Amino acid sequence: MRFFEYEAREIVKRAGIPVTDYGFTTNPAQAREIAQRIGGPTVIKSQVLSGGRMKAGGVKFADDPQQAEAHAREILALEIGGQEPRGVLVDPRADVEQEYYAGVVWDGTRKQPVMIFSPVGGIDIEQVAEEQPEKVSRRHFSNILPFSDFQAKEAIAATGVSGSALTRLTPILTRLAKLFVENDMTLAEINPLGRLADGSFIALDAHMEIENEARGRHKRLLAELGVGEQETRQAREPTPFEIAGEQIDASDHRGVAGNVTEFDGNLGLVIGAGGGSLTLFDAVRAHGGRPANYCEIGGNPSVAKACGLAKLVLSKPGVERIAVMMSIVSNTRVDIVARGVIKACLELGHDPAEKIAIFRIPGAWEEEGFKILERYGVEYADRSVSLNKAARRAVEKIEGVAAR
Amino acid sequence: MRSDGLFIAVEVDDQVADDAALAATLAEACPVDIFAQTSDGGALEIVQQNLDECVLCRLCLDAAPEGAVRVIKLYDEGAVLV
Repeated sequence: MRFFEYEAREIVKRAGIPVTDYGFTTNPAQAREIAQRIGGPTVIKSQVLSGGRMKAGGVKFADDPQQAEAHAREILALEIGGQEPRGVLVDPRADVEQEYYAGVVWDGTRKQPVMIFSPVGGIDIEQVAEEQPEKVSRRHFSNILPFSDFQAKEAIAATGVSGSALTRLTPILTRLAKLFVENDMTLAEINPLGRLADGSFIALDAHMEIENEARGRHKRLLAELGVGEQETRQAREPTPFEIAGEQIDASDHRGVAGNVTEFDGNLGLVIGAGGGSLTLFDAVRAHGGRPANYCEIGGNPSVAKACGLAKLVLSKPGVERIAVMMSIVSNTRVDIVARGVIKACLELGHDPAEKIAIFRIPGAWEEEGFKILERYGVEYADRSVSLNKAARRAVEKIEGVAAR
Repeated sequence: MRSDGLFIAVEVDDQVADDAALAATLAEACPVDIFAQTSDGGALEIVQQNLDECVLCRLCLDAAPEGAVRVIKLYDEGAVLV
């Protein structure tokens, strides 16, 4: 879940990292008052969750409060990336001598957070890493063991920063790393982190994302920031297909049919089980397949839930076949899922043998499940067929459809 | 009485179906609500839309006199759950 910039700045501020004397408002007249309070040139920034604000005209510079009000009025009426702004942030134009980058992201491969630091800030860190790799340092750290300042110091020093700057930057990166862990974040980034003429540092912009599943652990913070419980805060609004997926999941307490995400391919996926969804999605793509969707089904869904999800996927325009695949299941029942997906095909007037490219769910109650699949002529695989091979088979069959 | 789903059919002897106490027991026993009692608290009803949710747990077989309830697997050439 993403935070708006004004919320991310508040989190940074609470962590003890210096920030500018900014203000957030949804009202142009208040933008003028904030600019008056700041008492100098300001920057008016649209508060949207999508990127590309500057190019879209969502960031404007004002020399006086009247101009700040006018810019705020324009920006508040400006949709960016299909999103209406939540408000505007009125920020003093800081007199910065140098811009730095400080960030912490979750490394899903190492299963650890990693600090990233660069004395080249204000632009995408990916660009810096490509053009000046020696100016970017990375250092993994434990999210279980206590964090020590020296870890941050090492990361900063590795980029050639020394002396007073190193001393002043170390607590900032340390606090950023700690707030990342304490708030179950997946991204905590200050870019740019500005060095002022007096040698002090100040956060000029911040981006934060919290792990969706951790929202329940941070109810107080979210409430204080004014984040509504129903706000998804994704990069884009959910599509009608995705909303329908959520409704199917919510309609029955049994099992999970979650994270239904729309793509534009022709192979519908009913996938899940202990990380199996991601593995299978990647495997389908690795074999040249074009998934029509992503989803995570498991937790022993009812026939109705499996049926509902399969019907949703089968009804998506452009879907030619579905692949029903999971890693080996223990609590989810093979026969129940088999009933659900076959029922979906039949209720939509399809032949399950034709519409289900492959059914590869080994595990609990597989004997009964395989009897059902045989009865309807559906191609299935047991645990002797890897997820990778099953995904390849699904792609082969869908390519056969496309070639006809 | 008998009711068929797509995958599962359930047969209950008429005598058992008319027994209010047994109807209540079956309604209580089934984890997926295949059995219910009529609104006046009398005879047994089979909830057709829940038939395919049957998890083959045999609780209904245990709750009823032997042979009075039969769960039939339509996908398995009519095999009866024992």
